[in-house]
Amino acid sequence: MFSHSKIEQNVILMLVLILITVSIGGLVEIVPLYTVESTIERVEGVRPYTPLELRGRDIYIREGCYLCHSQQVRPFRDEVERYGHYSLAAESMYDHPFQWGSKRTGPDLARVGGKYSNEWHAAHMADPRSVVPESIMPAYGFMLDRPLEAADIAERLETNRAVGVPYSDEMIENAAADLEAQADPEADTDDLLARYPKAAVGDFDGNPALLSEMDAMVAYLQILGRMVDFTDLKPEDLRQ
Amino acid sequence: METLQAIAEALRPFWGLWLMGLFLAIVAWALWPKRKAEMEQHARIPLRDDDGEM
Amino acid sequence: MTDQASARTSAYNEGVIRLLVIATMFWGVAAFLVGVLIALQLAYPVFNLDLEWFSFGRVRPLHTSGAIFGFGGNALIATSFYVVQRTGRTTLFGGETLAGFVFVGYQLFLVMAGVGYLLGITQGREYAEPEWYVDLWLTLVWVVYLLVFLGTLMKRKEPHIYVANWFFLAFIVTVAMLHIVNALALPVSWTGTKSYSLFSGVQDALTQWWYGHNAVGFFLTAGFLGIMYYFIPKQAERPVYSYRLSVIHFWSIIFLYIWAGPHHLFYTSLPDWAQTVGMTFSVMLWMPSWGGMINGIMTLSGAWDKLRTDPVLRFLVVSVAFYGMSTFEGPLMSVKPVNALSHWTDWTVGHTHSGALGWVAFVSFGAVYFLVPKLWRRARLYSERLVSVHFWIATIGIVLYITAMWVSGILQGLMWRAYDSLGFLQYAFIETVEAMHPFYVIRALGGVLFLIGSLVMVYNLIRTARGDVREEAGAPAVAPGMNPAE
Repeated sequence: MFSHSKIEQNVILMLVLILITVSIGGLVEIVPLYTVESTIERVEGVRPYTPLELRGRDIYIREGCYLCHSQQVRPFRDEVERYGHYSLAAESMYDHPFQWGSKRTGPDLARVGGKYSNEWHAAHMADPRSVVPESIMPAYGFMLDRPLEAADIAERLETNRAVGVPYSDEMIENAAADLEAQADPEADTDDLLARYPKAAVGDFDGNPALLSEMDAMVAYLQILGRMVDFTDLKPEDLRQ
Repeated sequence: METLQAIAEALRPFWGLWLMGLFLAIVAWALWPKRKAEMEQHARIPLRDDDGEM
Repeated sequence: MTDQASARTSAYNEGVIRLLVIATMFWGVAAFLVGVLIALQLAYPVFNLDLEWFSFGRVRPLHTSGAIFGFGGNALIATSFYVVQRTGRTTLFGGETLAGFVFVGYQLFLVMAGVGYLLGITQGREYAEPEWYVDLWLTLVWVVYLLVFLGTLMKRKEPHIYVANWFFLAFIVTVAMLHIVNALALPVSWTGTKSYSLFSGVQDALTQWWYGHNAVGFFLTAGFLGIMYYFIPKQAERPVYSYRLSVIHFWSIIFLYIWAGPHHLFYTSLPDWAQTVGMTFSVMLWMPSWGGMINGIMTLSGAWDKLRTDPVLRFLVVSVAFYGMSTFEGPLMSVKPVNALSHWTDWTVGHTHSGALGWVAFVSFGAVYFLVPKLWRRARLYSERLVSVHFWIATIGIVLYITAMWVSGILQGLMWRAYDSLGFLQYAFIETVEAMHPFYVIRALGGVLFLIGSLVMVYNLIRTARGDVREEAGAPAVAPGMNPAE
């Protein structure tokens, strides 16, 4: 007969029962997110990040931006008016890891791309209170002077491919060239834009002579929320 | 993965019922009068653990 | 005094527990200090010092990891090693050597993680920031920890496994599972620090909050409930109110907690069915939480006067009251319409801290005040009056902290959704930031008080360990719970 006293006296039995008890919830909730196809909306336009955007995103993570800025617009009137269309699961499907955040000490950034000029972003990050006097954001002036480390950019793309981001062989082969071209106002960016539509190109940090961390950071911010074209969506595309 | 999903789907309509059953079983077990004395002994374990009594 | 002390060494392994208790206090004070720094940064950005290593985004994980894993983790390892020996009437499996590895390995994990954050080495996953190599090291240390704990349980001489150990075991095993799954990542190179998570987007969000929420549920709740179930009965010198309730408490809380993660993701791109499941379980969680609270507090029934005379017991019991408060607030905030207002705001931060300061820190303080005289073989604490001073300073600090965050959180949530008479959003985002300033100053003040309280505690503990006793009117010659024969 079943007896709790057996559990209380048998360590391994208790261990197994605890494991079963705590596994059920995770399995029932998380596994279907991978198996149910409708988890991700069927919208077009979401693409892997350009090498420069990816490096910008790495810096975004390094500096812990997600601790004060969310990237997730909720479907409320005020949020949609303040930030734009509510966020779709599809928009972060290539984000390893996700950066939805949990706190809005600063504003949401899910749709910040294209809202401010490159100059504004560079000035704002170098000295936030020079453009927004009441801001409490730390200053990131060092990003202007620091050359962007990108010797391993192809490896970074390959690692992303290995965890599921559809980078093509062509994208990986051209990673270093694409990275340089995106921030170079003189460069021919046709190939880059064919591989990565809608990427912002040109000098981002006000100093074309140096490919800085600021270039990468601004390039990343400028693509946020711009991949999906919301003017041309049908309700059934958004169903989960 | 597929088996897991099949299991999850088969159980989903009834989960409220069978979890409630399991919960009631644990409650009944714990509150069964016969075990009262035994449990009260268990509760005293921390109070008899001083040094030298290993 | 020293000779006398060593002559009375315990039969149990206590050397490693003494080290763990010191580490608990070290990381505690460090985490509170860093907490004060980041609170000041939000009130006055000049405290970012214009140095990249000290900017809020890099220091904040140092605060959270320092508090949760440094202070909380060391308190849990120390108390679990103490409790499992005493309630099993046996020494640690693997002795001081294996347990010593857990101690050294765990501090190394903390240092590697913390130094990494300041240098910008992070996975960017909240409460799971350490990079892949630190995660691997922690996995090894944790497996050895599980081994020591399980092995000790297996060689115990007491037939029954006391309930505190169930909670410790659930904490160790579940945290292992959460950590291993959530930390899955592929390094860019085996010689570099950077990795990319195996998960992405919405699946990653749920995996991360399954981890994050259950770090609260199993690290900060189950583990500390283990502390409650041993140290409150010990300090009150009476058995837990209802052992039968503790059985029900255990199974229902570990089952329900694991489902509640989606309440961190309401109204996001997470599919609605997952949000609904998360909300249902979060609300249900209120019941076992309060069952546990009642069990802890009612242990004092018939001996309420001890609350007045014993400040250590006051720490323990008030911690359970804070636990009751935060586990009522939590389910409330998990109701979707409430969450619509509270999410992204300081209300969440306040909720976290009523749990972290009121519950986790207070129950740990109580346990450490209990342990230090025992471990250093002293008749009693240096000063009970200083314990009382600590209690009141810390309590005022918490009250300032959480009320400031309630007001700022609700205010900011309301300002974000306010419309003017013409139907336009009434406030620009930056105006809502400006409105937070006074509350951020009050919060920092609350943090300073909490920090001061912990320094009073450290002073008291050092004097206790040295064998000093402060003459105090009305103080008992021997601390409660101490065997006079010792």
